[in-house]
Amino acid sequence: MPSLTSRLYSYKFFIPAAIVYVLFFLAPTFLSFFFSLTIWTLSDWKFTGLDNFKIFLTEPSLNIGLRNSLVYATATCALKVVIGFLLAAFLCTDLKTKGFLRSMIYFPNILSTIAVGIIFGSLMHPSHGLINTCLAAIGIKGPDWLGNPRMALFSVVLVDVWKGVGIAMTIFIAGIQAIPQHYYEALMIDGGTAFHKLRYITLPLSRSSMNSVIMLAFIGGIRSFDLIWVMTKGGPGFTSDLIASIIYKQLQGGFYGISTAGNVVLFVIVSIIAVPMYRFLTKVEVDL
Amino acid sequence: MKRKIARLAVETVAVLLALAIFGVPISYVLTNAGKSSAAAAQMSIAPAANTQYLANFSSVIAQSSYMLIRAFLNSAIITIVSIAVLLGISSTAGFVLERRKGRGISWINFLVLAGLMIPPAVVPTIWVLKTIGLYKNMMGLVLVEAALAFPFSVLLYRGYMGSIPRELDEASFIDGCTGFDLFMKVIFPLMKPVSATIAIITSISVFNDFVNPLYFLPGSKNVTVQLTLYNFISTYLNKWNLLFADILLISIPPLIFFIFFNKKIVSGMVAGAVKS
Amino acid sequence: MRRKLIVLAVMAAIAAASGFAADRQKLVWLQWTNEPQQKAIDAVVAAFQAKYPIDIEFEFKPGSSEGENLVKTRIAANDMPDLLTYNSGSLFQVLNLEKNFVDLSNEPFASKLLDSFKSVVSAGKGFYAIPYQPIPAGGILYNKKVYAELGLKVPKTWKEFTANCDKIKAAGKVAVIVSYKDDWTAQLLFLADYYNLQAAYPKFAQDYTANKAKFATTPAALRGFEKIQEMFTKGYINKDPMATTYDNAQAMLANGEGAHYPMATWVLASINQNFPDKMKDIGFFAQPGDSADKNGVTLWMPTNISIPKTSKKIDAAKKFLDFFVSAEGLAAYMSVGAPDGAFAIKNVKMPEGLFPATKDAITYINANKTAPALEFLSPVKGPNLPQICVEAGMGLKTPAECAAEYDRDVEKQAKQLMLPGW
Repeated sequence: MPSLTSRLYSYKFFIPAAIVYVLFFLAPTFLSFFFSLTIWTLSDWKFTGLDNFKIFLTEPSLNIGLRNSLVYATATCALKVVIGFLLAAFLCTDLKTKGFLRSMIYFPNILSTIAVGIIFGSLMHPSHGLINTCLAAIGIKGPDWLGNPRMALFSVVLVDVWKGVGIAMTIFIAGIQAIPQHYYEALMIDGGTAFHKLRYITLPLSRSSMNSVIMLAFIGGIRSFDLIWVMTKGGPGFTSDLIASIIYKQLQGGFYGISTAGNVVLFVIVSIIAVPMYRFLTKVEVDL
Repeated sequence: MKRKIARLAVETVAVLLALAIFGVPISYVLTNAGKSSAAAAQMSIAPAANTQYLANFSSVIAQSSYMLIRAFLNSAIITIVSIAVLLGISSTAGFVLERRKGRGISWINFLVLAGLMIPPAVVPTIWVLKTIGLYKNMMGLVLVEAALAFPFSVLLYRGYMGSIPRELDEASFIDGCTGFDLFMKVIFPLMKPVSATIAIITSISVFNDFVNPLYFLPGSKNVTVQLTLYNFISTYLNKWNLLFADILLISIPPLIFFIFFNKKIVSGMVAGAVKS
Repeated sequence: MRRKLIVLAVMAAIAAASGFAADRQKLVWLQWTNEPQQKAIDAVVAAFQAKYPIDIEFEFKPGSSEGENLVKTRIAANDMPDLLTYNSGSLFQVLNLEKNFVDLSNEPFASKLLDSFKSVVSAGKGFYAIPYQPIPAGGILYNKKVYAELGLKVPKTWKEFTANCDKIKAAGKVAVIVSYKDDWTAQLLFLADYYNLQAAYPKFAQDYTANKAKFATTPAALRGFEKIQEMFTKGYINKDPMATTYDNAQAMLANGEGAHYPMATWVLASINQNFPDKMKDIGFFAQPGDSADKNGVTLWMPTNISIPKTSKKIDAAKKFLDFFVSAEGLAAYMSVGAPDGAFAIKNVKMPEGLFPATKDAITYINANKTAPALEFLSPVKGPNLPQICVEAGMGLKTPAECAAEYDRDVEKQAKQLMLPGW
């Protein structure tokens, strides 16, 4: 019924979305490929070839972000998947305080990142902070969480997981609840233990929620900027800089071309990971 | 019996752990927001001898010529208008995206999915905003927020459209409805639940957004609540009591949403993540 | 907004008092937001408005690069106010002064200003602005009580300085306070070393701007990073350096927990706010160099006020500048409190009640032992300097590595500015 389709579902419906999405998302993305090759003052530009990329990839204060972002994304992602899954499995069992615990764990998500950064900045103070005071009480000398160049990035990872594990857990819970109960019953009849249930039913059948969590957490992590900016500003020195914080610093310094080159680098990394994800998503769609 | 005791023990430990890990930081903020600067500088969780919540709140509100009030107003406007724009553009797009098939549609789908992953290009966006005169302008930020939230919500709409039977469309076609009539009178009202979910999720994420206002709304005239908090870090230096009081104040709106719409938020997050 | 209200209230009061509000001219002044000296400025404006039939209305602009861009845009759009507050030095000089600003060299007040100030607001034969605040001096603030207790003398050379530090450390006190949580403060030992660098290499600023001198390959320039690192390797600094803020550091210095704080005199006003009774314990000396006979301070040239050429009320604006640097204007300026540095104006009678540290700093200025900080002599300043100084100060990299890193940072900046020779 082509007449019905074209009359009812006119492409005109796309116009408002197209204006906003093209102008404020797609166009800047395409422009970034061009402007990353220039010295750019926003009003004027000079073409410089691949200079910006050379600077971005060779300068230690810049390419440290590349490494850190990968570490950061991998670490936050792994922790969120593992902890989120275990929490979900635990909170899908028969508990009286299930609702309370779920809300408690989800709660940090409604706080703004910057608030969380400030709170933990205080908790992680090396000599007065609550965390190290508690550690000292049991005889452990706590580290300088944010001031030690080897610790800073990892400390922020922990805070990120604290804030974000609730989402991972919630997605896993939805996945687990969709598993038909009779699978478990069958296993029980065969004499399976709780561990068996987790290992042979819950884990494999949560695969699709696991994929979602992995992609969400990884892409979120690699684009991450706000938490590190509030907690360490990329320091000490440059040791906890992420690609996104470097992009911002270059913007602040007025190096618009280099900042944009950083964006393109981030784009490339995300694309390398996003292609398999796109395949996965379209495959799921066919299944539906 | 034994199993019951074991379960009780496990549950108690779980609750205690959750309280330690998630409850302590929150109560730390709660108690310290009511202390004097000197007491808050101790960074202890012990309750204050005498609290001064009101004094702290009022000095936070009065800071920089009542900047926080202006910020609340700005954040409210930005949030509400962003949601309106977002619902407008994504419901229409989601409607056609689900109903039509074809090569063009697959391309559009691809572009939308790409938007879920691609990091926004910061400086070129600033350049676009500058060129059309919307840089450092609340409307500019609104449009950017809407564009960035568009892929996620269009997917939710598209998914929900699948559950609305095509027979309705055909019936209204026979009744002589145009596509616009159909959408306004039949489809959009039917999509209310998903619109509500998107509105709630977006309201929290836009209200709590720090990064985009930092990029696209710098300067002190158009501050949002998160930017005020960020600026207060340097203004207040070591006055943790005031920083925490500020955090409490600006966490109230999302908290209210969380209390009332807990289920919707959670189901929306899950739908967005699992369904796609 | 509130400030505007105060000014308006003052204006209204004056108008009411004098009985006629008509025939008054109005000058628009584009001013920084959050100017720490605003109280003093307001006092000058009020005195001026009382004397002349001219009102001044403020427009506010943000600080930092954002404000710079705003001014550049407004110049391009021919949309400038009658008075402008701006940074002195190379930042000001890139605004094409001869074309855009009114030359003040034939004004009667021209001869009152210090030449070192005029040099950073001049182009060609003219000069284009007046100083609007006292001159901050960079060096070492120290606690006199600690010095007295340990029987120390103000050091004239770096060797004497480290010897003092050793004694302070041995006495169980923090020899040098650092506040790397606010990373900009890490730069002071580096920036305030410029007097010593210039003494060893007088043409450094010029060669550096022309891409002929580098920090990594100029031993005298490398000293700045070496000095920062020496504080760390010799264990002079406080614990928790990365968690210590500018504010914490001020308290440590005032309370005598720490003996030295490398900083500029602009910190004094803020210490005075929190510890007014401790100001008498705080002194200042220039950052020592390697030889005692070359001992002087690095100065941050004061922010300035200029008149854009597009103003339609140039005469009224000139009257204001004349008033600002007159004895009357300065009296009004100082009516809200003692200034925290010398003025870039000759023969100003300083009031009673100067901070001891301010007096110390003025001694160097009166002896003409000063050099402007490098940023006033060269447009090239790398944006990553704070973090690089922290790297040196935490021992994350060697001074040579830091210098090389800073050279690359500077190169980026020079290329962005499209300077010749880069």
